[in-house]
Amino acid sequence: MADEFMQLSDLQMDALKEIGNIGAGNAATSLSMMINRRIEMSVPQLKILPFPEVAEVIGGAEKLVVGVYLQLHGEAPGGMLFVLPLSSALTLADMLMGLSIGSTQKLGEMEHSALKEVGNILVATYLNSLTMFTGLDIYPSVPSLATDMAGAILSAVIYTLGVIGDHALVIETEFSEDNQQVVGHLFLLPEPGSLNTILERLGVNV
Amino acid sequence: MSKVIQVGMADYKTAINPGILMTAGLGSCVGVCLWDPVTKIGGLAHVMLPSSEQARKTDNKAKFADTAILALLKEMSGMGANLSRVVAKIAGGAQMFSFPGSSDIMRIGERNAKAVQEVLRQEKIKLIYTDVGGSYGRTIHFWTETGKLSIRTIEHGERIV
Repeated sequence: MADEFMQLSDLQMDALKEIGNIGAGNAATSLSMMINRRIEMSVPQLKILPFPEVAEVIGGAEKLVVGVYLQLHGEAPGGMLFVLPLSSALTLADMLMGLSIGSTQKLGEMEHSALKEVGNILVATYLNSLTMFTGLDIYPSVPSLATDMAGAILSAVIYTLGVIGDHALVIETEFSEDNQQVVGHLFLLPEPGSLNTILERLGVNV
Repeated sequence: MSKVIQVGMADYKTAINPGILMTAGLGSCVGVCLWDPVTKIGGLAHVMLPSSEQARKTDNKAKFADTAILALLKEMSGMGANLSRVVAKIAGGAQMFSFPGSSDIMRIGERNAKAVQEVLRQEKIKLIYTDVGGSYGRTIHFWTETGKLSIRTIEHGERIV
């Protein structure tokens, strides 16, 4: 199948969305426990986007964001990226460290490790569901963090897809804390080969 | 008002004075600006990968350093640019994320920058300004009127060269 992602059937898309739903649900629960607040989660969106449009999902190529990226190794390689606007990242850091909102003005080493840990836990819980459903052996790298323009951060995680085609498949969920002080996006970015592997295990390969 | 022409990831565009070419959020990608100072014809490519050789699908020439530069030169020449006069400025090629013990494949920014420089050398295009590497994003504007390039970053200031 898929040299490009464009040939996915509705059934396949639904299966992927459902995996995203369960994975992200578990991830939301773990985030909620970490900061001891309610977390709302959007219905996962499965998007097949031309490269220039991927950054639009998180506010445009120049939007200042914090990205925590983990590579996925094993039987279905790819990557997972947790992205949030800088303002949300600062607030999330406050929540994680039990400070009053507005205390953190700048992300230092301590805040970096706290946010990387969030990425770590979100990805681990998400992958737990994915591996449970597929029986695939997928393990994440350590997290890496960057604060920069959304376009710059995304290009660094989707370039491998350029070898195969001109689109990225993203399974994206938006998390927001109760009163919208923290909004973040979690992306699963499977490599095209991995997508076939996942679909096969789900029994929806054509 | 001069028109600003946006160039997306894995795309290229040409313009003529007073057009301004821009591309936002260059990370590991490299922005290649080409300019003929006499006709004031300019081109900007947002290159994503170093080479089309290992690619399975190569119809989008703008994506790869080798094919993008050749296509851009051809288009500029068709517009009346004299390739022997064309000069180049490049920016980008950062490494946004790093992982301990990571392989070559992760240093995509560096590979992109090297590939661009190599292709320019082969095509005998004079490279007059290079701002590559680091671990930060860049947004660039390129003026066809003057050949000036502005490079904007979040934490490393703005430079106009």
